[in-house]
Amino acid sequence: MKKDIILCGVGGQGILSIATIIGEAATEAGINLKQAEVHGMSQRGGDVQSNLRLSTEPIYSDLISLGGADVVISMEPMESLRYLPYLAKNGTIVTSNKPFVNIPDYPDETALMAELSSMPSVVQLDIENVAKDAGNARGANMVLLGMAAPFIEILSVEQLRKAISVIFARKGEAVVEANLKAFDMGVEASKK
Amino acid sequence: MKKLLLGDEAIALGAIHAGLSGVYAYPGTPSTEITEFIQADATARERGVHSRWCTNEKTAMEAALGMSYAGKRALVCMKHVGMNVCADAFVNSAITGVNGGLIVLAADDPSMHSSQNEQDSRFYGKFALVPVFEPSNQQEAYDMVSSAFDFSEALKVPVVLRIVTRLAHSRAAVEIGNQGAENKLNPSTDQWVLLPGIARKKYVDLLNKQPKFIEASENSRYNKVEKGGQKRLGIVACGIGYNYVKEAVGNDANILKISQYPLPEAKIKALAAENDEILVVEDGQPVVEEGLKALLGAGYPVKGRLTGDLPRTGELTPDCVAKALGKPCGAVYEPAKNLAGRPPQLCQGCGHRDVYAALNAVLAEYPDYRVFGDIGCYTLGALPPFKSLSSCVDMGASITMAKGAADAGLFPAVAIIGDSTFTHSGMTGLLDAVNDKSNITVVISDNLTTGMTGGQDSAGTNKFEAICLGLGVEPEHVRVVVPLPKNMPEITRILKEEIEYNGVSVIIPRRECIQTAARHAREAKKAKEANK
Repeated sequence: MKKDIILCGVGGQGILSIATIIGEAATEAGINLKQAEVHGMSQRGGDVQSNLRLSTEPIYSDLISLGGADVVISMEPMESLRYLPYLAKNGTIVTSNKPFVNIPDYPDETALMAELSSMPSVVQLDIENVAKDAGNARGANMVLLGMAAPFIEILSVEQLRKAISVIFARKGEAVVEANLKAFDMGVEASKK
Repeated sequence: MKKLLLGDEAIALGAIHAGLSGVYAYPGTPSTEITEFIQADATARERGVHSRWCTNEKTAMEAALGMSYAGKRALVCMKHVGMNVCADAFVNSAITGVNGGLIVLAADDPSMHSSQNEQDSRFYGKFALVPVFEPSNQQEAYDMVSSAFDFSEALKVPVVLRIVTRLAHSRAAVEIGNQGAENKLNPSTDQWVLLPGIARKKYVDLLNKQPKFIEASENSRYNKVEKGGQKRLGIVACGIGYNYVKEAVGNDANILKISQYPLPEAKIKALAAENDEILVVEDGQPVVEEGLKALLGAGYPVKGRLTGDLPRTGELTPDCVAKALGKPCGAVYEPAKNLAGRPPQLCQGCGHRDVYAALNAVLAEYPDYRVFGDIGCYTLGALPPFKSLSSCVDMGASITMAKGAADAGLFPAVAIIGDSTFTHSGMTGLLDAVNDKSNITVVISDNLTTGMTGGQDSAGTNKFEAICLGLGVEPEHVRVVVPLPKNMPEITRILKEEIEYNGVSVIIPRRECIQTAARHAREAKKAKEANK
C-alpha cells in the first residue's frame, strides 16, 4: 500500500508541522517515508509545498509523479489548485476555503471557489474559524490534518493523534490538548 | 537504530560519527542545515567540534585545510556557487594533498530554487583531479561521509561530496552507526610549500594517483551494476537520478549506478558492450554524458541532456526520466484556470522595506540613477512593489559594479548590500572604491543576521562602522540610521546628502531582522520561565 501526499500553502502557514507529525506517525508505525521540503527563499510569503510519500514498499523517488498524488492537503484554496496536474484522477483535495491574499493579482474568489468545488473529491472548510471555535486560533493546521486524516488511510486516526502528543509534548500538556481538540474537530468535520 | 533525517542532517551525523573535528562553512541554501545540525548536536558540542560560521567559503576552505594539515578530520560545506569563492584554495588543496581527512561538500541547486545558476560541482572535481562522491539517498549520504574520510586519508587527497537540493532537503529513515573517535593532533611533515619547483612535482604526484581513483570507482560499493532489462538499453544513473530510473522501470532495466567518480571506465565499457545504446540520467549538467561520448567514441549512441532525451535545464523529475525511458504518465488534470504566481516577498515590518521606500523616494529626483543589488533577502527589492534594483550577480558585486559604473561616469551609482554579504565579499571592493575615491553611495542594510538562509550569526555584527573607517571611508561619510517609517524624513535627508557627496559614502540602516527578533524574544521568555 502507498499514499502520496502533497502538502501546500503559503510560507509561514505551518505546513511543515503537519509534515513532521505525519513523519513521526509513519516512523513509529514502521512505514517507509520520504518527505521533500522547500527551504530557503520560497519561505518568505511565497507558495510552499512538501511532497510526502508513504509506503509499505521501498520508496525510490523523493518527488511525486504527475497524476500520482492521492491527497492534496492545502492551507489555502488557490494553492490547492496549483498542484492539480499532480493530483491522481481519483485523488482528494483537502483544503482551507479561506483565501490568503498577499498578491495583487489574486484570482476572482467566486470563480476560484467554483473551480475548486467542481473537482470530483474535495473536502473544504474555514479551518481558521474551526480552530478559533476550538479555542486554539493557531491550530488551523491541526484542523486541516484532522480533515485529511480519513484519507491518509495508511496511518490510522489514532496513530496521528499519538504523533501529535509526541511532537507537542515538549510544549506542555495544555498545548497537546489544544492541538488534539483542533485535530478531532477536523476529523468530525470531514465526516459531514 | 533508525532516525528520520534530511539528507543534510544525514551528512552532518555521518561526519560526527566518523570522528569529525571541525565543520567550516558559510550559510547557503541548500547546504545550511549540515552546519546547523552539528552546532546543535550534543556530542559535537561536548567534544568541542568546531562549528562556528565562517566569513566566506574561501576562509572556510582554508581553515578546513589547516585542520587537515594538523592531522584531524575536517568538513567544509557550501552551496554550489560557494565553490567559485573557494576555488583557489580548493584546486590547490589537491596539489598540496591532505593529512587528516578532508571533505568538500558542495550542494548543487539544479532548477535554481534559491540560486543564480545551476553549475554542476562534479566539474570542479574533474577540474581539480579529485574524487567525487554523489549519494543517491539519505542512507548513502550518511554512509559515504565515513567512506570519503577514509579514502581521503588513504590517498591523501581532498574528496568532493556532491549533493543536490532534492536530497539535501528530503527526509527518510537512516540506519545509523556508532560514534567513532577523532584523530589526534598530528601535524603533517610533508611538503606543503607550493613554490613552482615543488608544485610541479606535486602535480605529477596527483596525476599519478588518478589510476588509483579510477580503480576505487571500479570497485566502489556505491557503483553497482543491475541486469535484467528486456531492452538492449543501458542506463547510467548518477546520484539521485538512480531513484527516478528505479521508480519508472523497477528491475526491468540494465543499470550502472554511479555514485563515485572518476568514471569507472571498465564498467561503462562493459555496459556499452552488452547494450546497443546508453541513456545517461544525471541531475545537473551533462558531465557524465560528455565523459561517455569521449570514452565510447562518436559511433556509440549516448543519450541524455545533450541529445534532448532529457531536458537541458532544470532538475530531474520522475516524469522526465519516465518519459525518456518510454513510460510517459497517463491522463492528468489540466493546470487550474484560477491561478496566480505567489513569489516570495520581504516580510511585513522588515527593515529592508523601509530602506527601499527611502531609496525610491530620494532617487526619483535623479533620472539616470542605478541601484546595484546583492545576494540576500533584500534581492527581493527587485520585485514589486519596490522594483529598485538594476543588478544582482554574485556576493559583493553591488559595491564593485557601482564603482565600475561610476568610473564610467554613471551618477548616481548606489550599491545595496546586506551585513553578512558585505563581510563575505564586499569589504575588498569597498577598499578599491576608497583608494579610487569613486563617486558611489553604499548602503549596508544591517539586520544583524544572515537572514535569507534562516538567521545565522553574521560575522561583522557590531563591527561595521569600524570596518568602514578602517578601510578609509571618511568618518563624516559613515552614517547610521534606524530603518523605521517614522524615521523616513531623516533617512531620506541623509541619503540625499550622501548621494550629493562626490566620493565614497556608506549609510548603514540598522534594525534587527523581524524573524530573528521574534526568535530571540521567544528564547528570552523561555529562559525567564526556566529561571522562575
